[in-house]
This record gives sequence, structure tokens and C-alpha cells, in this order.
Amino acid sequence: MTLPRITSPHAKGANRTQRVMLLVMAATVPGILALSYFFAIGPLLNIALACGFALLFEAAILALRKRPVMFFLKDCSVLVTGLLLALALPPYSPWWLIAVATGFAVVFGKQLFGGLGQNPFNPAMLGYVVVLVSFPVDMTAWPAAHSVDIAAGIQHVFFGQAFPDAWSQATVLDALKTNSNLTIEELWSSNPAFGKFAGYSSEWVNLAFLLGGLFLLHKKLFSWHAPVGMLTALFVMSLLFWNGSGSDAHGSPLFHLLSGATMLGAFFIVTDPVSSATSVLGRFIFGIGVGVLIYIIRAWGGYPDGVAFAVLLMNLCAPTIDYFTRPRTYGHSTAKRGFKAGE
Amino acid sequence: MSTWPIHPLRGGVHPPQRKTLSNQQPIQRAPLPKQLIVPLLQHLGSPTDAHVGVGDHVLKGQLIAESANLISAPVHAPSSGTVSFIGPQPYPHTSGQLMDAIVIDTDGLDMWCSLEPLTDFHTASASVLLDKIRQAGISGLGGAGFPTVIKLSPAANQPIKTLIINGTECEPYITADDVLMREKAAQLMIGIDILVRILQPENVLIAIEDNKPEAIAAVRSALDARSYHVVVLPTIYPSGGERQLIQILTGQEVPSAKLPAQLGILCQNVGTIVAVHDAVVEGKPLISRITTLTGEALHNPMNVECLIGTPAIDLLEFAGLQKNNMSRLIAGGPMMGFTLPALDVPVIKTSNCLLAASAAELPAPPPAMPCIRCGDCAEVCPANLLPQQLHFYALGEDHTQLQAHNLFDCIECGACAYVCPSSIPLVQYYRSAKADIREQANKLAKAEHAKERFEFRQERLRLEEERKEAERKARAERLAKTKAEQAKKAAQAQDANANNPSGASDDELKRLKITASMAQVALRKAQKQLDTHGTAELQAQVEQLRISAEQAKQALDAATPSTTSAAAVTKKPAKPELGAAEQALKKAKIDVAMKRAALRKAERNEANAETLAALQAELSLAEQGLDKLNQTEEVGV
Repeated sequence: MTLPRITSPHAKGANRTQRVMLLVMAATVPGILALSYFFAIGPLLNIALACGFALLFEAAILALRKRPVMFFLKDCSVLVTGLLLALALPPYSPWWLIAVATGFAVVFGKQLFGGLGQNPFNPAMLGYVVVLVSFPVDMTAWPAAHSVDIAAGIQHVFFGQAFPDAWSQATVLDALKTNSNLTIEELWSSNPAFGKFAGYSSEWVNLAFLLGGLFLLHKKLFSWHAPVGMLTALFVMSLLFWNGSGSDAHGSPLFHLLSGATMLGAFFIVTDPVSSATSVLGRFIFGIGVGVLIYIIRAWGGYPDGVAFAVLLMNLCAPTIDYFTRPRTYGHSTAKRGFKAGE
Repeated sequence: MSTWPIHPLRGGVHPPQRKTLSNQQPIQRAPLPKQLIVPLLQHLGSPTDAHVGVGDHVLKGQLIAESANLISAPVHAPSSGTVSFIGPQPYPHTSGQLMDAIVIDTDGLDMWCSLEPLTDFHTASASVLLDKIRQAGISGLGGAGFPTVIKLSPAANQPIKTLIINGTECEPYITADDVLMREKAAQLMIGIDILVRILQPENVLIAIEDNKPEAIAAVRSALDARSYHVVVLPTIYPSGGERQLIQILTGQEVPSAKLPAQLGILCQNVGTIVAVHDAVVEGKPLISRITTLTGEALHNPMNVECLIGTPAIDLLEFAGLQKNNMSRLIAGGPMMGFTLPALDVPVIKTSNCLLAASAAELPAPPPAMPCIRCGDCAEVCPANLLPQQLHFYALGEDHTQLQAHNLFDCIECGACAYVCPSSIPLVQYYRSAKADIREQANKLAKAEHAKERFEFRQERLRLEEERKEAERKARAERLAKTKAEQAKKAAQAQDANANNPSGASDDELKRLKITASMAQVALRKAQKQLDTHGTAELQAQVEQLRISAEQAKQALDAATPSTTSAAAVTKKPAKPELGAAEQALKKAKIDVAMKRAALRKAERNEANAETLAALQAELSLAEQGLDKLNQTEEVGV
């Protein structure tokens, strides 16, 4: 009888990469439901197309890279990328837009860097930014809530048929940014896109993503540091620069927390461990950086929303943050930090 | 009894306990095995030397091996019987390495040697108590098995203020300390009393995890009026690690690469304390221990009190081993234990558990996925390391960064690998990286040493060369001086010899004298030969010799009155003849020597009479030839 020689530990926890990914997907369900309530099947079409393209691109490039295709597809990480990208894109995005975005995210954002775990940038945000910069018209035209007829929507997605003008609507972030002559009260009452605190649809969608995020926190899928850092920074920035209700106003803290991709970013994007900082302190700093940058871009930048840019910029900073946030090891009086450590 | 404030453990995990598997029944006594394999080294430190020989009869508790080295614990016979073998035997190590051991065939009588218990330890001095503990061969029963007496003898400038009795037993599955505390709480207390007498600490803390309520109750009720604190800790792995336990109980961290004694803290496992009690109060050396036999491959998991040296197979079969169900056998727990490659290894002083696991309870690890930097490992690391960074650096064999990230503060508890969603065998990477770094450091030290030696040698050679050079110079000078002097002397001598021209012809005369006398000798020899053999040939030779002798004499006579060149002329033609004759002579001599050697060889090899005779004949022939040549040479001269 031969007994195997295996090194300790022999016990193994139940957590697996696949489980992590499936839980993240499950946590997006409230957000998807909220989006579907306002935009009918638009978000679902986005998801179906993005996930399909993502799987296709991932399989193709894995085969090209001579990696076991099924083994890596099973980890579901590419589905998460596709799903998050689909949720960030405007509902009823044309199929080619989704293809470009997912293709860039999976091939350039992830696999060309070495695949799972090797990408320095968040792939979904990279794909998003590529199409945002390349096709600004399609990317800034969100349909108005409850406006899109399903058949017309499908026509639009697959055959490029334009929406009637009445269906398109600038997002509230865009409306606030481009507003130059209305006070906040006037803007709120004149534009049906606005709701109680933020956008009519965006405040509910953000709350739904917050719910999903809290579920993930409860499941201890990630620590609270990055999301809390980001939301706190955004809150503090919007509070500091809240200049009342004049026409040059940047909006209230609550407006910023419940607009655009804030909650999606806080719980599903900045929590991406691969492209974020390593230590908990590093993740807190990473989150703060994202929060500050989001506000700067929204208030003074050239784009109405800045989650994707903020995340990518902080991705660039993550290695540096890691250098300066190494924890103090047990039994050592100080932590070794900075670029010189270990040289 | 006040409650002792505790601090949270940094990190930690909650693996399934599985303790109820083995702690449901009282401690069983393992049957006496037929054979005991008692390794000569059972802990960190130096191996012991056997004090018995094969065939010796030993009594239970008798000292059988000891070392003069300080960091070592003596070994005693676990039962009475006969020593049947001393040498390499199986040993509980994952490599399957062998270890020198004393094998005792038990006689079944289990007869004790005479014991010397200490009647009253309360009045005994610390040194007497320490000596008792040393003689009993006690080494730590919980972890690495460091000889206890060394831990109990801290440096004079580091008094122990806090004595920690470690009953946490945080590893899943293992319940040896649990049942020991339940059943031997009274002995535990007396053992602590003994340590208190030795160390005089300010505080005594007995730490037990809250998953052992029976043990906690038993220890509390055994306390009586003692002022020791029973500290109940929340169950979390690895709270029982020495450094982690100190952090939980005192909030202090043991400085990296230093010992707890620096903080005035000493930790001892509960099992060790009971062994101290047995040694002092009963005079019994450490020859048995409580071992947990557990796992789903055992029909009847339990704790046994077994003799050191009992083969694992005996114990596992006692607990109802279902071999087909066992997928791996672990010495220790599922978090830090190591797999045993064979069933015949003995129980040693540090064997706290044998875990015969089924494939269902400890399945083979799934294939490792790429790291997604989730950071779970850093969250659970009790040493506050960055395991994923260490993993990357280990993959890249970046030893500088590994050390900068404090690889050597890793206690290999396995919490990181336990939580890793990518199933990366992190601890394996760290172990191998540590080994590599150690090996490289060793190599470096060796290279440094070699370099030093080389440089020293070069320096020595250089000095030697310099010394020689100096000597050479001195000699050359001396030589030049003497030459000059000689030249001077020669010049003076020439002046003196100028009026003595016949000096050179003296030599010539001498030579002619020798030639003449040699010719005479040759003639006489030839005549003798002629007398014995009397052949015509010899007759002719003698005649010839006589003539040449006469010639020589004449030449000498001629030369004697004055130096003439005639003598030189007569001598000259003989020279070439001599050369040829000499060569022939040499050849003949070699021939004879070879023949002689051949004969001797044949004699040595006991060749048959015929060959011997033939060789003898050949030799005598050759000898004759040589004699002849000798004669001719003489004639030639």
C-alpha cells in the first residue's frame, strides 16, 4: 500500500474562484431587476450579448494561447467581465458596440496581459472607456425610462434602426453638467429625468446595486475598505464643493452617491482584487483615490461620469500604493515601505 | 479568580473542528506491542548514544541512551525486554528517512526498574528539580519537542514573569490535550506547582479554547486555592501557536527571530507539565504519551496512552483501521501535520496524533488556478504577512524580496492555503523558498570561507616566495664573494705551481699502475678457472691474459722513470672494446635477473616441478653466460 506524500495544510476551505465569480454575478441581480424595471429588456439584451461575446473571445484567445479552454472558462471570470460591462453600457446598446467593448476588454484588457489574475487594468472599465472615447454619441444617449418599445429596441440593437428622438434622454449627470442657466430647483422640475435625489431611474438602480454590494460584504467576498473609501471620498468631495443650488452647482452629496455608476463602481468595480491594491490599507487608499477622481471628472472634467476613468487611473497607481502600504509583520517594530524596500 | 483580559488574534481561520470524532471516550491503554522501536533522536537537538548493546536485557524506565550534548534528552526503555537491534529504523518523517533506534523485544512483564521519586518537591531546590526533569528525558510534547529543561533554565537576566500553560489545542481533530486535561487535571496542577517552584513567575495562565468545556471545568475544579488564571479563548486557528498565544494573552509580540523568554514569558504544553509531574512525583521517565487516533478510516477513533516506540500500525489496528478507506496518513493535524509514507513508524515523544483520513474528509487538492490577488490570505495570516506577494516572489525566486517581505516570519500554519480560492499550495512555496535561501546562504558562507582560505594561501605563498627570493639573493652574493676569493687563491696557486710541470703526468702514472694490477688479478682468476675446468679455450685465454698483463707491466715500467705518451697510446685501443663488452654484460645481467625473478615467481605460485626445473636450467645457463662475459671483460681490461 502506498501512502501519498502531500504537504500541509491537508484541510481546504470551501472557497473557490468559481464560487467568488458566481456570487458576484448573483449580487448583481437586484441591480439587473431595477434596470429592467426602467428599461425593459434593454439591460438583459446587453447582458446576453456581452456575456456571449465575452465567452467567445475568451475561448478563442485561450485556444490561440494554447491554454486549456474549458478549465479557464469554468472559472466564470470572463462572465463577470461581460456582465459588469453590460451593466455599465446604456441599455439597448447596438450589438457591434458591445462586441467592440467586450472584445477589447477580454483580449486586450485581460488575455494579452497573461489572463486571469495578470491584468493591471480592470478589463470591463478598459472596454467601456474604449467605446466611450470611440463612440461618444451612442454611449451618452441613455433611453428615457419606460420609453422604449421592445420591438423597436431589438431593431435598434441588431439592425441599427435609430430611436425616435423622444426616447433618448441625457443622463442626469450630463444634464447637470451642461446646465448653464437653470437653478437646481428649475432643472429638477423641468427635466423628467430627475427623481427625488438624483436621476429618476439612477437612484433606484444605485440603491439596488448597493443592496447587492452589501450582500457581498456580508458574504465576506471582499473587505469593506475599497468601497467605503470610495463612497466616503465621493461624499466628502461633493460636500466640500457643494455650492448651493445655483446654475453652476455640482450637485448634492446624495445626488453623487445615487447617480451614474457610483454604486456599481463601489461594490463591483473597485473591489476587483486583481487590478486593485493588495493590502487592506492599500485598498482603502485605492478607494479614496477613485472617489476623489470620480468627483473631479464629474465636476470639472470633460465627461459626465468618471467611474471608468477614475478606476483606470487608480489601477495605474495600485503598484505604488502597494509599495507604501505593506503591513507591519508580527514581531517587527516597523513596516518596510517604499520603493527601496527589499533592494 | 479574576478574568484575565485577552487580545484578539491577528487573522486566523475556522476549519471544521472534527474533535468529537476522538474525544467521546476516556483514554484507552494501548496493548503492549511485541516490539518497540525507540529512536535515538526524537526532537530538535543532538542524537543520543546507545548505552545498551544488542542482547542486553532492559527494564521499563531504564536509561538506554544519552548524549553529553546540552540540547538533548535521554531516552529510556518504554517496557522491559531484550535489545534485539540497534541501527537504522523507520522514523516518523515525511521523507521516509531512517533513524538510528534501539529495538526492544518486549518480554510481556512490563517490569519497572527501581524509581526514585522526590518525596517532597516543595522543599527541593530548583536545581534538584531541573535535574530530575533532565534525567526523565522530557521534551516538549506539543510541538517541535524542544528539551524541556533548557526552556526551564533561562538566562539569569531574563526572569520569567509569565508562565503560560498551553492547553489551546487549536489544530482540528486532535484531542490528546483535551482528554489529558479532563482526566489528569490534578497531576497538571502539581506539575504547574513544580514549574512555579523552579521559575517563580508572577502570573500563571492556563489557556484553553472554548471548544473544550469539559477540560475547562476539570482544570477549574482542580485549581483549589491556587491563584493561577484559567483563560478561556475563543476557538480560532492558530491560537495555540506559541507566538500567537502570547499575543492573545499579553498583547505583546515576540520580536522576530527572538525567543519568548526575552519578554519574560515561557510557554509549556499541558502534556509536558503532566510529564514533569510524573518525573518528579513518581520518578518516572518520559516513556509514554497520549496520542489521538482519529480519522474516518478508523472504526473506533480514540485517545490512547501508548509507549514511546509503539509502531503506528499497532495503534491504528487497535483503533480499527480500515486500510482500504485510508487515503492519507498524517502525523499531527490536518493543518500542520505531515504525511507518513509508511505504517511501521514508531510513536515518538512529539507524536500527538495519527490521522488516518479518508478521501472524503480530506480530498485531494483541486488543480491550482492563477492568483486573483483576492487578499484572503493576507486577511487570515496570523503573522501579518502578504502571502500573495510572497507567492509571486517565490515563483520568481526573488530571494531579496522574499526576505524583505519577511518570509522567515512565516510559521507555516497553512491558514493562507486553507482560504485560497485558487487552491494554490502557498505553504509549499514558502517552505521550498526557505530551504533554497538557507541552502544559498550555506553555499555563500562556504564560498566565503573558501575564498578566505584561498587568499590566506596566496598570501602565505607570496611570503614564502619573497623569503626564497631573499635567500637566493643572499646566496648569489655569497657565491660571488667566494668565487672572487677562489679566483684570488687560484691565481696565487698558479704562481706557486709554475715551477712544477710534472704534476699532470702523476695521474697518468697512477692509471697505468691500476691497469697493470687489474691485468694481474684477471690473469690470476683465469688461472684459477683453468685449474678447475682445464679447457683449451681457457688455456688460450690465460695465455692472452698473461701477455696483456706483461704488456701492462712493461708500459708501467716504461712510464715509471719519466712521463711518456706511450702509456696513453697503449691504453687507448682498449676503450671501444670495453664499451661493447660492457653493453653485453649489462644485457646478460638483466637476463639473469629476469630469469631469477621468473623462477622466484614460479616458486611463489607453486608451479609444478617440471617448470621449476626448466627455469632453473635456464637460469644456470644464463649465469654461466654472465660469468663468461665477466671473464672476457676482465680479459678486455
